[in-house]
Amino acid sequence: MMINSSLKELATLLASKKISSVEMTREFLARIDRLNPDINAFITLDKEKSLAQAAAADQRISQGNITPLTGIPFAQKDIFCAKGWRTTCGSKMLANFTAPYDAHIIEQFDRAGAVNLGKTNMDEFAMGSSNETSFFGKVQNPWDRARVPGGSSGGSAAAVAARLAPAATGTDTGGSIRQPASLCGLSGLKPTYGVCSRYGMIAFASSLDQAGPMAKSAEDLALMMNAMAGFDSRDSTSLQRETEDYTRDLNKPLAGLRIGLPKEYFAEGLDAGVAKVVEEAIAQYRKLGAETVGISLPNTQLSIPVYYVLAPAEASSNLSRYDGVRYGHRAPEYTDLLDMYCKSRAQGFGAEVKRRIMIGTYVLSAGYYDAYYLKAQQLRRLIAQDFEQAFKQCNVIMGPAAPGTAFKTGEKTDDPVAMYLEDIYTIAVNLAGLPGMSIPAGFANGLPVGLQIIGNYFDEAHMLNVGHTYQQATDWHTRMPEGI
Amino acid sequence: MSLTLPDVKRIAHLARIEVTEDEAQATLNKLTGILGLIEQMQAVDTIGIAPMSHSQDVTQRLRDDVVTATNQRELFQSIAPAVENGLYLVPKVIE
Repeated sequence: MMINSSLKELATLLASKKISSVEMTREFLARIDRLNPDINAFITLDKEKSLAQAAAADQRISQGNITPLTGIPFAQKDIFCAKGWRTTCGSKMLANFTAPYDAHIIEQFDRAGAVNLGKTNMDEFAMGSSNETSFFGKVQNPWDRARVPGGSSGGSAAAVAARLAPAATGTDTGGSIRQPASLCGLSGLKPTYGVCSRYGMIAFASSLDQAGPMAKSAEDLALMMNAMAGFDSRDSTSLQRETEDYTRDLNKPLAGLRIGLPKEYFAEGLDAGVAKVVEEAIAQYRKLGAETVGISLPNTQLSIPVYYVLAPAEASSNLSRYDGVRYGHRAPEYTDLLDMYCKSRAQGFGAEVKRRIMIGTYVLSAGYYDAYYLKAQQLRRLIAQDFEQAFKQCNVIMGPAAPGTAFKTGEKTDDPVAMYLEDIYTIAVNLAGLPGMSIPAGFANGLPVGLQIIGNYFDEAHMLNVGHTYQQATDWHTRMPEGI
Repeated sequence: MSLTLPDVKRIAHLARIEVTEDEAQATLNKLTGILGLIEQMQAVDTIGIAPMSHSQDVTQRLRDDVVTATNQRELFQSIAPAVENGLYLVPKVIE
């Protein structure tokens, strides 16, 4: 059952030469050929490049020059520039953009000898919670093909859920790793802001964007974090820290763990089925020796308005680079330079991206800065202080990752505000810059439910320990959808 | 505060995005909903609270002023919409 194997098991298969990286890569590419025409998890495949990397990995393995990721194929979210690969960010604007350089994250996977299996679908410029804003089409949730996989890392989530890839990368600006992980029954980690370099990761909201791993288990996430994390001078917000081994605490006992349960995460708006699964998961933690304590994050509701000022403001600035001059879409016809800008951007961006650029432009326009952007930054501090207070009473915070299970395709597309509420439990974590994780905790109405685990700054290794211990006692993370 | 159709057109112009009349009306409705959500912020008194832009409150690093990038003009221009003689082509802006 290679398709359901952990990264460690795949590495063992490769090291013992039971299978070569080329064979393993071919097997996953064959699965993609069979299932991707429907699921649409990948935007771009380049079998020649993938197999060349696999052949190089086999060479490394034969020389004994291996890392835990050598020879294993990974799906890369199409937000990461990969040299020579078409890199679209889910947008028509970049439909013909071949990246001339590698993102730091791509370099790190290359350095580890991993194979790039292909570029995964995503909401356009990572703006969305359902993967429905992609120029390259919607993505099906492998658990129910009529439902969304979540977003924005929906292609990565669907790829791993359908076992088209052993694991994938994602990015999380307001929940884009944790919410799709929850909706697709995966483990996903958004690290502390600044732990993974943003270099070559196409910018959405720079003060919130963070790359992270999406995989079947916490153990797999830990192995990927060892490759992904680290200082990079090319990202001005990359943090200079000692190198960590994220697997170091995986098997520590949980005794003494104090879990904070924010009352705001179990209030109105949470689906009853999801609430039940999350409560059962917390009961399991009590059995494993943890204590629980009621806490409050009083400014949770404010996180959505604050986010929808800050993220669009930063996006409007970041996306001003798409002018049709140096790269990206240029309108075929125009009268002058201004007309060229306006037409190229009108044609190149989808409706949701345009809306967010316009919201950002508005809140930053003359006379409104204090009322919106400054106000939102002040509230951002209050939100961060909520967590600071909470962590005086507990070591980790737990709750749902999303208010419901996967919803039907098209159900929320006409109502942006309803779609935004999908991220009510995840956004505050980005605003505070904290690490957050979602792990599979069971099913409601036959659809996966994620348990969110929020840690203090730089507490990823401990969170992975908390996730791994649960996964040693339960088997939700090994469940696979039917028909794959 | 409510947005008007001329506001939407002004914002679209500032954002350098062409909008048709129909699009402007549809955009007005959607933006009004989003701004309604954002207005919730105004209910909280934030006088005296320092704005937060980064969770670690770090400052920007300085680096030595040395050349680190290599010249890759041809590679970079190979993905440009229009180039000629190593220059990016845009409509004439100076008479």
